[in-house]
Amino acid sequence: MAELMAAGEEPEILFWVGCAGSYDERAQKITRDICKILHHVGIKYAVLGTEESCTGDPAKRAGNEFLFQMQAMTNIEVLNAYNIKKIVTGCPHCFNTIKNEYPGLGGTYEVIHHTQLIQDLINEGKLKAEGGESFKGKKITYHDPCYLGRGNGIYEAPRKALEVLDAQLVEMKRCKSNGLCCGAGGAQMFKEPEKGNKDINVERIDEALETNPQVIAAGCPFCMTMLSDGIKLKDKEQEVKVLDIAEITARANGL
Amino acid sequence: MVAQILFLVLTLAAIALFTVNLRKIIRNIRLGKSVDRKDQPQKRLMTMLRVAFGQSKMVVRPIPAFLHFFVYIGFVIINIEVLEIMIDGLFGTHRIFNGLGGLYNFLIGSFEILAFTVWVSCAIFLIRRNILKLKRFSGVEMKSWPKSDANYILITEILLMSAFLLMNAADAKLQLLGSAHYVNAGAFPVSQYLINILPSTEGALVIVERSCWWFHIIGILAFLNYLPYSKHFHILFAFPNTYFSNLEPKGEFTNMVSVTNEVKAMLDPSFVPAETESGKFGAKDVTDLSWVNLMNAYTCTECGRCTSVCPANITGKLLSPRKIMMDTRDRITEVGQNIDKHGAEHQDGKSLLDDYISREEIWACTSCNACVEACPVNIDPLQIIMELRRFAVMEESQAPGSINAMMGNIENNQAPWKYSPADRFNWAEEK
Repeated sequence: MAELMAAGEEPEILFWVGCAGSYDERAQKITRDICKILHHVGIKYAVLGTEESCTGDPAKRAGNEFLFQMQAMTNIEVLNAYNIKKIVTGCPHCFNTIKNEYPGLGGTYEVIHHTQLIQDLINEGKLKAEGGESFKGKKITYHDPCYLGRGNGIYEAPRKALEVLDAQLVEMKRCKSNGLCCGAGGAQMFKEPEKGNKDINVERIDEALETNPQVIAAGCPFCMTMLSDGIKLKDKEQEVKVLDIAEITARANGL
Repeated sequence: MVAQILFLVLTLAAIALFTVNLRKIIRNIRLGKSVDRKDQPQKRLMTMLRVAFGQSKMVVRPIPAFLHFFVYIGFVIINIEVLEIMIDGLFGTHRIFNGLGGLYNFLIGSFEILAFTVWVSCAIFLIRRNILKLKRFSGVEMKSWPKSDANYILITEILLMSAFLLMNAADAKLQLLGSAHYVNAGAFPVSQYLINILPSTEGALVIVERSCWWFHIIGILAFLNYLPYSKHFHILFAFPNTYFSNLEPKGEFTNMVSVTNEVKAMLDPSFVPAETESGKFGAKDVTDLSWVNLMNAYTCTECGRCTSVCPANITGKLLSPRKIMMDTRDRITEVGQNIDKHGAEHQDGKSLLDDYISREEIWACTSCNACVEACPVNIDPLQIIMELRRFAVMEESQAPGSINAMMGNIENNQAPWKYSPADRFNWAEEK
């Protein structure tokens, strides 16, 4: 972003990578695939790079409003300095926080999640599913991230992004507004679960496996971690792949 | 004449007692912190019409939705009959509305059919709770009083409907006998089948009819006064509760203004904050919660839809969103009783956090909003959990160790993990 600014240019959209997308090895792949898609369709985009920092979401959900607002205000200063208008995020938590909680602190932007961007690109005819791996007829089940689905009512965009694949989409018993959490939200990602008789991600994986999928589609780096761990635990890594919608889209287009 | 005076006294006493208790509850709700829920009146009205009147969130579970609909519609419509009973009781008339002719017959006929469906629905509800023992109605918080409460409500409704139908049956038989006081009025599609079980003498029939009439109306007045002590209060509070419910996206949590002021002052020393309500951060006790949270607690009818979809509860953790609401109500009731007994300044040394809700419960929440989504009357248990967390973290610095570590990382490295900020862009280089 700093480079574009120096060159006196403005991006069409800022890609907010997020901490998981920046540091988590598995999520980095998703980040690169989102970039490939943006590049493929010729959108002029920018990232903040080292100027990006945590949105404050996990601090807020853990109850630390101070830390959240410190993070938020610092980020808003950076975003406003670059005159950012539109943001796409790779993570539903960043998406929710910037979209809903930043405006009250002085940061108002048009914020979309990457599955919405993909849906828009498909609708505009700029993105198809050709020239790459075929998902035709493959059984795919989509796991709704809480902060995308219930949190913001986005159920259709990720499904539309999958429909174009001509794959066989199967829904889990608990889906859409009734979707079961992967177990990572509310800062659970960063702590051991409380005492219980089962881990939430295992409960979710059991349900996903009931649909006999070849691919479990996700739209959130935290869900990705939880679901992948579940699949490993069930020793199903060979038969079932957990892939982000961005990865599926990139593969289908041979990117 | 004696009967009319007795009726008047009973009715006035019942209404007075109910008013006293209702005012206490409203006073208790007002102990909560202020929050503005008066914006967008049109949208609020639509939400109330859709969710409370229209029962839109009940349909997710079709069987209870169907049965509940009968009880609900029965409650609303049979109240027209209560109006007639009131007038008859006060003026010593009998079936005062019979001048409506065909319409009256239609109304009485409809009430009978509704009364019958209410009766059957309540019977099925009792079976679901006590014989089929549905999982949703069990749980640690559903022992003793909450369990009995549910059964008392269902049994009372069955008794009231039985009295109503039996009264009509006796009336119909008296009409057939040509009894002087019992004018020919009404249609009795259900109670006609009860006529044969009733005695055949006029005197005995009048006793049956009058007993049922009194039982029915005294039952209604008593039930009215049972409401403030019961989960059944939802029949009234569902309406304001949905009207004042949160209209923002569920993922959006409130930004604390008090914190904004401090953070702004920290980042810019010249910043002078506007006067705001001072106090502690987050909630330790019910009076630290908002009035909407407290109204939510009084509205909860303990149906357990929230708990049955809670990922923490499903996987055996201690957290149950229904218990959060019931604890909040129990505690605010206790605070209110303390005020009545010992005055407003009395402190009993207890609090919602720890004495009612444990740390283990609040830290098990994934903030997934499934409970909020599931509630048929838009109750928000998540907000209470978050307020308790805010108190634990910001006032007490009492978070689980790994949460403290995560927050330390954000403070020092601007990421929840221990990575260097300088490495944030490394994803672009590796391949």
